[in-house]
Amino acid sequence: MSLLEEDTGRKQIAQRRRMDFILHILFVICTSIGVLALMALMVDIIMDGIMRFAPDLFTNYPSRRASQAGMKSAIVGSLYMLLIMAPLSFILGVGAAIFLEEYAKKNRLTRLIQLNISTLAGVPSIVYGILGLTLFVRGLALERSLLSGALTMTLLVLPIIIVSAQEAIRAVPKARRDASFALGATKWQTVSRSVMPSALPGVLTGVILALSRAIGETAPLVMIGGLTYVAFLPESILDSFTVMPIQIYNWISRPNEAFHELAAAGIIVLLIMLLLMNFAAILLRNKYQKNV
Amino acid sequence: MGTLIDIGKLHLYYGAFHALKNVSMDIPEKAITAFIGPSGCGKSTLLRTLNRMNDMIPGTRIEGRIAVGGTDIYSKEVDVETLRKKVGMVFQQPNPFPKSIYDNVAYGPRLHGIRSKGQLDEIVETSLRSAVLWDEVKDHLKRSALSLSGGQQQRLCIARALAVNPDILLMDEATSALDPISTLKIEELAQELKDRYTIVMVTHNMHQAARVSNQTVFFLNGEVVEYSDTEKLFSNPRDQRTEDYISGRFG
Repeated sequence: MSLLEEDTGRKQIAQRRRMDFILHILFVICTSIGVLALMALMVDIIMDGIMRFAPDLFTNYPSRRASQAGMKSAIVGSLYMLLIMAPLSFILGVGAAIFLEEYAKKNRLTRLIQLNISTLAGVPSIVYGILGLTLFVRGLALERSLLSGALTMTLLVLPIIIVSAQEAIRAVPKARRDASFALGATKWQTVSRSVMPSALPGVLTGVILALSRAIGETAPLVMIGGLTYVAFLPESILDSFTVMPIQIYNWISRPNEAFHELAAAGIIVLLIMLLLMNFAAILLRNKYQKNV
Repeated sequence: MGTLIDIGKLHLYYGAFHALKNVSMDIPEKAITAFIGPSGCGKSTLLRTLNRMNDMIPGTRIEGRIAVGGTDIYSKEVDVETLRKKVGMVFQQPNPFPKSIYDNVAYGPRLHGIRSKGQLDEIVETSLRSAVLWDEVKDHLKRSALSLSGGQQQRLCIARALAVNPDILLMDEATSALDPISTLKIEELAQELKDRYTIVMVTHNMHQAARVSNQTVFFLNGEVVEYSDTEKLFSNPRDQRTEDYISGRFG
């Protein structure tokens, strides 16, 4: 009998290969279910909304007559909100992450804070709405304004940003810190010149993904009173406002079929915005990784 | 040869672990001193007390005295940033920053406030020349340091350490991750540098210590077993344990 022809061995290998094949198919099915569901959703929405996906949607204010309705105020509201919360949540979130990873002593207190942050990342968004209502709308008397909404959303995304920024900072090899300290750098010099440049792609990706979650959020803004009918653009951060998801929610809850088409068109706009943000995250990551 | 580093009755503890026991020695200036011994004997620990890199490990406690040029480096008057500027370090794994070759060397001078382009250019060139890397990289200083080979990266790290104008250069097994030819280049480089710098190196490789160093210290279990001229230590060791180690009976 030659070296490679052992009968029992061949049978057993055939069995192992069969198992491998079955699992391979199973994994493909798992992936397909997710992808197919997403495709079905997209196709359905595009079929419903493509007719309404026209310049009017971007230039008109909401209206009782579907033929004249648009979501100009909602799109602008979402963009303004993003403009306020992006720098706020970036500074607060990354600052907290730097403190926790680089400065804070690893003791029971920081572990407790860490646990709390991770828990907060999973708290339902409506709870942040209630918090925003108490804290900003009533407590600071900011009323149902763009600022209240942006601050509430900042709170909502902070834990997500902190956790993802911490992971990016932790992934920077210790050798890079040592190299910097050994040259006589202070903590901040090491963080700003050695750690952050390496961590930045990861941090930015986390921030953008958190922000893209925020622009799709509805519940907390309903809670603090983002209005459903806003026929003007906010002139200051203390004006009332609406955002895309609220407008979409409003249209969908009307009986008239024409408004459902508008809602679908609104969802297309929202999806495009999300895609653009995720694309920006990928571009940023690639750009910085090339420099590495 | 005068004494530059003076260590007296030094004890170091990591929590409950007594890592260095009653270590005393005088390290001469402008010479190469090698620390040898088996893994975990405390040689790297002692090296890292010389630029206080151990400060960053929680639970480290030190008793005794380390003076560099007559100043106690653990006294309150000493800024650790200044100390590390004067006592440079090269690590076991080449650890260049993911930046250009130029920016790697300029990193240290920039930390200490040098901004002028002309001055930085000059420092980068002198440091790279001192590390015998200039001719290989002068035409692509803007290229990423990570594109260099391991041996070149390690010489870049030496250039980076030299750029802040230190008096002492600590080398923590600086060749153990390199191939034999790169190792040889670093050893030759150390020989050249000892005219201008005091070099303390930790090495796993006894032959390296025998080849390049002037003084050799043999460590075992956190204690100094023997400290003498390299030639003497390798040809005529005083202690039986030293003889056993250098003849390869353990470690």
